[in-house]
Amino acid sequence: MIAAPYAKILLLLSIALPVAAQGPPQAPPAAPAGRRGGGGGGGGVFPQHTPSDPAAVERGKALYGVHCNFCHGSDARGGEGGPNLLRSELVLNDKSGEAIAMVVQNGKGEMPKLNLSSEQVSDIAAYIHSFRVGGYDVSRMIPPSILVGDAGAGEATFKTKCASCHSPTGDLKGIASKITDPKLLQNGFLMPGGGGRGGRGGRGGSPFNVPPTTVTVTLASGEKATGRLVRIDDFVVTLTDSDNAQRTFRRDGDVPKVEIHDPLQPHKALLPTYTDKQIHDLTSYLVTLK
Amino acid sequence: MKLLSALLVLIPGILLSQPLDPALLTKPLAESWPTYSGDYSGKRYSSLKQINQGNVRNLTLAWAARVTAGAGGGGGRGGFGFGGGGAPTIVGGEGTTDTGGGNGANIRASILEVNGTLYLSTPDNAWAVDARDGHELWHYFWKTKGGTHIGNRGLAMWGNWLYLETPDDYLVCLDAKTGKERWHKEIANFNQQYFSTMAPVVIGNHVLTGTGNDLDEPGYVTARDPETGDVQWTFYTVPMKKGDPGLETWGSLDGARHGAGNVWIPGTYDPETHYYIVGTGNPSPAYTNPPSRAGDDLYTCSIVAINVDTGKMAWYYQLNPHDTHDWDSTETPILIDGDFNGKPRKMVLHADRNGYFYTLDRITGEHLVTSKFAESVNWAKEINAKGQPVRDVSKDSTVPGSLVSPNNGGATNWPPPAYSPDTGLFYVPSNDAYAMYYLTETDPRGAMGLGGKEEDGLGSLGSFLTAIDYKTGKVAWRHRYPGTGGNLGNGMLTTAGRLLFAGDIAGNLVAYDPANGKILWHTRLGNVSNAPETYLLDGHQYILVAAGDTLYSFTLY
Repeated sequence: MIAAPYAKILLLLSIALPVAAQGPPQAPPAAPAGRRGGGGGGGGVFPQHTPSDPAAVERGKALYGVHCNFCHGSDARGGEGGPNLLRSELVLNDKSGEAIAMVVQNGKGEMPKLNLSSEQVSDIAAYIHSFRVGGYDVSRMIPPSILVGDAGAGEATFKTKCASCHSPTGDLKGIASKITDPKLLQNGFLMPGGGGRGGRGGRGGSPFNVPPTTVTVTLASGEKATGRLVRIDDFVVTLTDSDNAQRTFRRDGDVPKVEIHDPLQPHKALLPTYTDKQIHDLTSYLVTLK
Repeated sequence: MKLLSALLVLIPGILLSQPLDPALLTKPLAESWPTYSGDYSGKRYSSLKQINQGNVRNLTLAWAARVTAGAGGGGGRGGFGFGGGGAPTIVGGEGTTDTGGGNGANIRASILEVNGTLYLSTPDNAWAVDARDGHELWHYFWKTKGGTHIGNRGLAMWGNWLYLETPDDYLVCLDAKTGKERWHKEIANFNQQYFSTMAPVVIGNHVLTGTGNDLDEPGYVTARDPETGDVQWTFYTVPMKKGDPGLETWGSLDGARHGAGNVWIPGTYDPETHYYIVGTGNPSPAYTNPPSRAGDDLYTCSIVAINVDTGKMAWYYQLNPHDTHDWDSTETPILIDGDFNGKPRKMVLHADRNGYFYTLDRITGEHLVTSKFAESVNWAKEINAKGQPVRDVSKDSTVPGSLVSPNNGGATNWPPPAYSPDTGLFYVPSNDAYAMYYLTETDPRGAMGLGGKEEDGLGSLGSFLTAIDYKTGKVAWRHRYPGTGGNLGNGMLTTAGRLLFAGDIAGNLVAYDPANGKILWHTRLGNVSNAPETYLLDGHQYILVAAGDTLYSFTLY
């Protein structure tokens, strides 16, 4: 589900040509597969937003600074945790804030919802759209492919690290056809689902189907309750039982006994064991599983 | 402000806003909380012990009070309105933007307690609140030009005057009695994308300020006259001209002048040597390695001791040469006197965003200890003879991706650590998080600011309250917050009542035994957002903490 839009964005971005407007000329990057057409000139290829009322852009700039700047960066190319907005498909499709407002006013993933009016979002959109999205900025080039690994070595690593749970002819059959962005595939095998709450700056939704974390609570009476883990701290544990109702249990040290079944635990246990070469090799192997 | 307490017995006009006695600032922490860390040492160790291990189980809510940010906060609507909690909102500012919207107030600041009044702040806002019952005395709101509004770390006080830094880079001086503005001064250039979050610190007749910047502008500390706001001295954390020391650790003067090293968490102060001891931020561009910053990039990611009378650097120790992951070293350096290798020493303790803990001599800057306090940390290949972790260049951001711990948020970050002389332990929230760091900027000139990389979080193997023995750097004990991952926890308070208070990652305020981490008391507030503090009024000790837009004060009855 997620792969398709990403592929589309890559395609869109790949047709931007760098323009050496900001410094010494340099060799353009190798053209990614699927490249077509030629931009040139930093404009004309992408539909540029018509310039907004300068007053709206100024208002939007101030609001962006207050509400968006920290996470998404002062140049909207990504900051502390938040993604690059300028190449976001949603932003590219947005006309005057209507699509951005859906995210801003409702929240999305790690982004909290913000109490901003539609007029304010419209001003923010005017500011974001005032950036040239075309390839005038060399730093927005698509870097070379991340596929630098050795697929054969990756297959060997797969056998030692992954094969006890996964199979290239079973659950991973055709995985590279379903997930065509190698970076998504790489992040995904490292931590399917993007790492949850501890993660910062993940790439949005995951195409991997990760089962929920479950918990079994064994009371002093011997009664057991099992369900999806809702929350846990040192004092309570809450689960959703088979009736879809939440049950909360008080915790006093080791009573009741609480066992968490984290489906990602094997992936977490592997994190400290990888070398970067093994990661790159594994990715180069996984992209062959079409 | 809405008072949440059921009983509202307001007795206005009693002992309102007496001036701060400067002598308080040099005394160990007790009844008041007159500066960012409570006292100048940064220990956040209170000598109060009315609340202690024997009775903390009876700790109960005295009052709660909610603040409302923005021009409409406090019931006022611009000018001097009344309503809500009955306190006027006084509006100032050079800009036109009312930041009252968004997610509402989030109090990440240290709160001053002086003579029965609390003084607190969020970006663009300052309040005075009665420390006995939480009722609001005044609210000041600054209309902003914009800038990053990520947080405000608190106010400083000198006599009757308060000092607030604003995100659009002004230092605002307020009358503590009324909240009325006396003056404001520009402390950094907003157009260069500086933003100011720091709590100023008053030392003698100096107000010390610092600012943040996520572009490539140089970091600095400025001392100002508390009466007039005029500049007394400015200390740059990077070389600014030919011949400046440290320039040989940069590829070019232009690289140094655009090398960041911003100072955005207050330092601590040694009254004996007159050294203001502060941590500096990361070099810039943060993730890429243009030739302009080839070298160690002094004095970024360092502890520096600045003579507060002259603004001259007395010594420095670089914790993290040539950082490549935006790991600021601004976390509070804690000053302690204690035993080291059988001899008394005056020391600095520091737990860094990069995952390493350091003990230094604070008179000379001599290195004593380096240790790793987050197990997952994997970016350094060795510790060199100076005690510095040596970066593994293969763990820089790379095109095919580098698996690195910690993540950009760090093994720890701004939440204040604490130290207890009773246990000899240093307490810090820590996080074993991983991320993939991809280089997206392959231009050899590098990126600007935080650009040029994509960081994809992979989650955390564990979030902890970590207690470190400063003599060895070894972890004495660690409390793992339950769950399957986690974010970084909150700041710390220790007391002579042999208590350690901290907000956990699930929204509880918890009292621990500082010797072993045993849990003694807790209450769930939902979202603890600053480090707990304590004060004594009318013979009663209070524990104060903020959770989002609400203050909670606990006591014994």
